[in-house]
Amino acid sequence: MDDFASLVAGFQVALSWHNVGFMAVGVILGIVVGVLPGLGGPNGVAILLPLTFGMDPTSAIILLSSIYWGALFGGAITSILFNIPGEAWSVATTFDGYPMAVQGKAAEALTAAFTASFIGALSGVVLITFVAPLVAQFALRFGPAEFFAVFLLTFCSFIGMGRENRAKIIASLCIGFLLAAVGLDSISGDLRMTFGSTELMRGFDFLIVVIGLFGVSEILLTVEEGLVFKGKQAKIDLMVVLRTWAGLPRYWATLLRSAVVGMWMGVTPGGAIAASFMGYGLAKRFSKRGKNFGKGEIEGVLAPETAAHAAGTSALLPMLALGIPGSATAAVLLGGLLVWGLQPGPMLFVEQKDFVWGLIASMYLGNLAGLIIVLATVPLFAAIMRIPFSFVAPVILIVCAIGAYTISNSIFDIWLMLVFGVVGYVFKKLDYPLAPMILALVLGDRAEDAFRQALLGSGGSLGVFWANGLVATLVVLALLLLCWGPAGDAIAALRGRRRTDPETAEATR
Amino acid sequence: MSLPSETEAPERGISRRPVEIATAVLLIGLAGIVLYDSHGRGAGWDGGPQNGFFPARVGWIFLAASFFILWQSFRRPDGMFVTYEQLRQVVRVLGPLVLFVALIQPLGLYVASAIFIIAFMVVVGTSRWWSILLTALIVPVACFWVFELQFRVPLPKGPLEAVLGY
Repeated sequence: MDDFASLVAGFQVALSWHNVGFMAVGVILGIVVGVLPGLGGPNGVAILLPLTFGMDPTSAIILLSSIYWGALFGGAITSILFNIPGEAWSVATTFDGYPMAVQGKAAEALTAAFTASFIGALSGVVLITFVAPLVAQFALRFGPAEFFAVFLLTFCSFIGMGRENRAKIIASLCIGFLLAAVGLDSISGDLRMTFGSTELMRGFDFLIVVIGLFGVSEILLTVEEGLVFKGKQAKIDLMVVLRTWAGLPRYWATLLRSAVVGMWMGVTPGGAIAASFMGYGLAKRFSKRGKNFGKGEIEGVLAPETAAHAAGTSALLPMLALGIPGSATAAVLLGGLLVWGLQPGPMLFVEQKDFVWGLIASMYLGNLAGLIIVLATVPLFAAIMRIPFSFVAPVILIVCAIGAYTISNSIFDIWLMLVFGVVGYVFKKLDYPLAPMILALVLGDRAEDAFRQALLGSGGSLGVFWANGLVATLVVLALLLLCWGPAGDAIAALRGRRRTDPETAEATR
Repeated sequence: MSLPSETEAPERGISRRPVEIATAVLLIGLAGIVLYDSHGRGAGWDGGPQNGFFPARVGWIFLAASFFILWQSFRRPDGMFVTYEQLRQVVRVLGPLVLFVALIQPLGLYVASAIFIIAFMVVVGTSRWWSILLTALIVPVACFWVFELQFRVPLPKGPLEAVLGY
């Protein structure tokens, strides 16, 4: 019950006036960020991060995580009203959400989506509340070898569970690692891969890369399709909300199933996208009205939203307890923790109790605030999409440039952002996943340190990764996950060759 | 990255395979640079892992993955990477953006933003001239108010701001 007392104390921290204010501001900013093309969750957090350097870390993380919640909610608005998924995990929401909007049931679809998000997020937070301290306590015993094994597990699960071409996931991860290695080596103090350039001495800041890859490239992709959005009208009144809520208990099985799938997939990195599709697929298979899926079935909105948000929230569990983010946005938040001088990982639960429990309490409150705010303000945010893109695009790009500049007051960084924007554009068109790159970039240095320290301890023998039961289990688990995807594909290919997806077919060869 | 000349036929474009191949070759080149640098500084064991130890190992995996992608790109069916019409749209955004970034150093961010907004909106060409001018005035002033006055984050400034006393 020690944790319960900490949680109550956390609520006291989170419920102070200025923290509630930050929560509301964060959620609203997050919805804006989620609705606007070119400003997703990771990018929005990355741009605002430098502005919070002077703030108290607890308030800062409450602000930034509220942006995350807001962005998760905002993604559903564009998916349903405009058929444009704000984030990759909102793709499954468009399948039934947009048809519902076309049939004039946009308000029901939105209410369902927001409520489902809330339920999903809530189950994720409950998971964090009860499991994260246990994981952290367990992880206190970890040495460098164990930590490297956990990193390995993270990266292997990305490769094994990823929906993209696996060679491209590996390439993307490697690019992240190598970008992280550029600049000053923290152990030997030597410069690496700078090739005499003073600008490269500082290395690549992951925030610049995020702003370029997720912000600039997104704008370039959006303009490709022309410069106007066609959307459906939406007006939510209390009656519709209540009516939709009254109908929700009927779908408890779908909600529960999706929440469990989401929580499970969220803890393994890169899971949110897979979780939303899995939640949708499972609901379709088990629902009595499964045949209607894709034509505007409310269950088809509930299932992926619950799963995606349970996953998106659970992604913060490994970030807090182990220092390993489960999603791109979590990676950016983790970068923020490092900047504020907080070392994420098991020690955080011991040394920074106030911070951790304040954050967890703010997750409950932030999601509740998010639900209320988003229900009240949907028409407003739908109107944002009607502002001419020729006005919105330059403003977003200017904000991106400012965000890139403020990280270390360098104009060179703005050029870097531009380069990564073009790289991101090409990579997205060629189906290279970007999230692994960010994850590897953020974790690269620490993974390398753990690797080198483990090897130093063992005198260079790789046997240290088999030395005891714990590390061996982790390594075996990592290898299993690595082979999971290819093996699954192979089995599916053998069992009746009804494969239509060229990506997966490719990977099995 | 060189952009091919534009044409008017909307259905034509750059096909996917050459871009896949070019990207894979570029990645192989990058892996080569990494391996050259890491092994040059020492990627072995010298009382402990040398500083090129880890990057070199990642580099080899990277090289293998890149070669595999190159091999795949010949095997998979070809598609469309980008049509010339789409490319034209992208260039219309990218052009002013490059101009913007280039102007930040000499003119400061605020003046460059104003020029960027004008250039962008004229190139896209859907707005009336007064709305363009109004946007080009209001957005930089709003940015100045938020960043310079409220958050006290110094952004690059040029001759205009110097004249105005900031």
